[in-house]
This record gives sequence, structure tokens and C-alpha cells, in this order.
Amino acid sequence: MTVKLTALSAVGSLVWGTLLAAMRVSPVPLMRGFGTAYVNIVRNIPLTVIILFCSAGLADVFGVTMGAEDFKVQGFRLAVLGLVAYTAAFVCEALRSGMNTVPLGQAEAARAIGLSFTQTLWLVVLPQAFRSVIGPLANVLIALTKNTTVAAAIGVAEAAYLMKTMIENEAQTLLIGAVFAFGFVVLTLPTGLFMGWLSKRLAVKR
Amino acid sequence: MTDVSVAKEDAAPTDDLVVLKSVNKHFGALHVLQDIDLTITRGEVVVVIGPSGSGKSTLCRTINRLETIDAGTIAIDGKPLPQEGKALARLRADVGMVFQSFNLFAHKTVLENVMLGQIKVRKTDKKQAEEKARALLDRVGVATQADKYPAQLSGGQQQRVAIARALAMDPKVMLFDEPTSALDPEMINEVLEVMQQLARDGMTMIVVTHEMGFARSAANRVVFMADGRIVEEATPDQFFSNPRSDRAKDFLSKILHH
Repeated sequence: MTVKLTALSAVGSLVWGTLLAAMRVSPVPLMRGFGTAYVNIVRNIPLTVIILFCSAGLADVFGVTMGAEDFKVQGFRLAVLGLVAYTAAFVCEALRSGMNTVPLGQAEAARAIGLSFTQTLWLVVLPQAFRSVIGPLANVLIALTKNTTVAAAIGVAEAAYLMKTMIENEAQTLLIGAVFAFGFVVLTLPTGLFMGWLSKRLAVKR
Repeated sequence: MTDVSVAKEDAAPTDDLVVLKSVNKHFGALHVLQDIDLTITRGEVVVVIGPSGSGKSTLCRTINRLETIDAGTIAIDGKPLPQEGKALARLRADVGMVFQSFNLFAHKTVLENVMLGQIKVRKTDKKQAEEKARALLDRVGVATQADKYPAQLSGGQQQRVAIARALAMDPKVMLFDEPTSALDPEMINEVLEVMQQLARDGMTMIVVTHEMGFARSAANRVVFMADGRIVEEATPDQFFSNPRSDRAKDFLSKILHH
């Protein structure tokens, strides 16, 4: 459950984060304003509050069920929604700092051959920005993996939830804690190593 | 029959390709372009020279609106420069630009650099685009480097790729913004030769440069700028042997006597 939650949220937050970053550099003031406001609000709210809001606020008050029939599926989808909304703000900021490493001349050259703003961003600026922020993005993804534990708060049976149940039943607190901690290291360590390898491989030489 | 020929005559573009009329631009308090009037006809090679900070690069960059202007008009092939948007992108595709710092797309190979605009802007199919790109790379003498990345090339080679990238769009006019200023001396000539060939082939060119040799041999007209104004316009022969303004005399005496 933890892996599935992480994978879906990672994909979602990369997509949404990229869109947010695009908004923050767009020439349309309204989009820029929205992007800036979103990032500054969302990244300053504790994740627990966001996840609880998704569950209690969206589901219970507004009746958003994310097309799910039973309570467990609904909880899972809402948890993904909350994690995406939260992590995307960090992805956006990492990407935006990556865009600042791309020399202005790259965008000028792209515009000079007639590419539109979107094409310039998509074909020239973002590919280079991505490569320079793979390291920081690895941090975000590792944080995301660990943040999935917060989903336990709305009853999603991910690792922390299982751990709590097991501790209640078994009373072997230390051992169970250690096993779960090790489990997370097993999940996140390869992420870090893989991203490190990727960033070396894809590095843009100037 | 006669109707057709008349219509043709009407539609025929005038010979004035780039027309600037009383163009003004400020950078804050600095008046970088002051009442610039300049007309460049089809096939003409105009070299813009002048001391640093005289506004020559800015002038070059206003022509494809990489810099906006505060007042005046700029028209290319009879059409005024459009506002930011699709029309402007279309116009930029028709105006080739070569930068001082090359600005090749660092994450793409040399070949992809020359193909990108053809595929994404001109919607050429991939195969044709590659053929054309290879032909152009051959023309500028870097065909063997097609699959390398820009950072693996020398400055001179990069700049020639940049020229090929601009040519791939079949531009009506080419702008060169100090194309050799970032190059080691031994690489300047390989770039100038490509530009000279281009001039001989009849390309309309606006060249901002410090290469007086190029100005002498390839230019139809020399435009001398100082402090944001066009001080003098003349043929290269006239300008270099007999400059009229004191400002130009002073400038030439500083650069030609060493």
C-alpha cells in the first residue's frame, strides 16, 4: 500500500508540479498569481491538516467520493489527492530553481527560431531544468515516501497504520518499529541512488 | 492576362525588407536608441559598428522583438512587428538570428538543434528536416559533428551550427549580434568565411560586429552608431578611407592603429 501510494502520488505531483512551475513563469499575470499563491499556501500547511481536510472536508462535507464505492478506496484516493496537492508545491519550487540555471540565451534562441512560449518551455527550458534538479527532486520523492505515513490518519492501511495495529496486538514495540524503519530505508535508499545515477547520466554539459 | 500581371505587380513585395522609423528605446534613464531611421533593402548586407554601449546590439535585437521599443515603428517585408503571440512567433521564424554566445540548445545534438525549428515551427516531416539539416551542416563545414552535443564543439564550430540552425528556417533576413566576439582569434575566420559566403549568395544580412575586415569586404553599407544614434551611413570604402563625422574618425583611429 505504501509503494502504491508513493508511486501514484509521485507521478501526480510531478505532473501537477510541472504545471505549477509553468504557471509561475508564464507571461499571464493571473496564472503567475495563482501559481505563487498556491505554492505559498500549500507548502506552509502541515500535511496532516491537508490530508484530514481531504477526508473530512472534501468527502464528508462536500461529498467528494472520487468515484469510489467503498470507504477504503475512497480514503486511498483522497490520500493520493492530498499528497499530490502538497508535494507538487515542492516539485514546483525545485523546478523553478532549475529553470533559473538555464541561461537566458537558450530561451531567446528558441524564441528567435519562432517557437511559441509553450514550445520554448516544453522543448528547451524544462528538459534542461529537470536535469539540473534531479538531486533536489530525489529529496522531494524521499520525503513523499515517508509522508505517506500521514495517510494513516484517515485510515489508509499503509505501513504506519499496519505498524500501529501490530504494536497494539503484539506489544513488541521496538522490534516492530525497527522492522518498519528498515522497510522505509529499503524503499527510499534505491530512490536516492537511482536519482543520483540519473542526474549524472543526464547532466547537461555547457 | 493583363489583370493577372497587374495583380502580380501589386502583390510584389517592395525592395525594402526591414524598415525602422524613428525608433526610440530607454533602459531606465538611459536613452539607448534615439530616433533611429534605417532601411535595409532585399539582398543588402549592412554592417553596424560603433563603440561599446552605443546601442548596436539593442538595435539588432529590436528587429525580432527580443527587445521591445518605446516609440517608432519597425516593419519587416511591409508588415509591422506584431505584439507578443502567434503572429510574432511566425515573424521570428522568418528572421534568423545568430547570437554572440551561440546559444545552441545544450541538451540536444547538433543535428537536433538544426532540425528542431523545422519540425516544430515549419511542420516539416522528420526525414526532410534531417536531410536539410545535414545539407546545411555540410555547407557550414561541420557535417562530421552532427551527432555530438554543443559542449563538445569548439566555439567556431558552435557558431557555424548556430548559423545553420538559423538558415534552416529559410529566413528572409539574418541578424548577427557580434557573432565573433566570443571566439578565439583563430576561430573567427572560419565563421566570417561562412558569413561571407552567405553574403555572396544574396542573403539580406544585418551584422553587428567589431570585425572591420568583414565590414570592408562583405558590406554594402556601413552604419556607424554612437550614444544611441546613427552618426554616419556610408559605403565601406567611403567610411574607412574618409569618415565624415569626428566621432567616426575618433573611433577608427582607436581601432585601426594597432
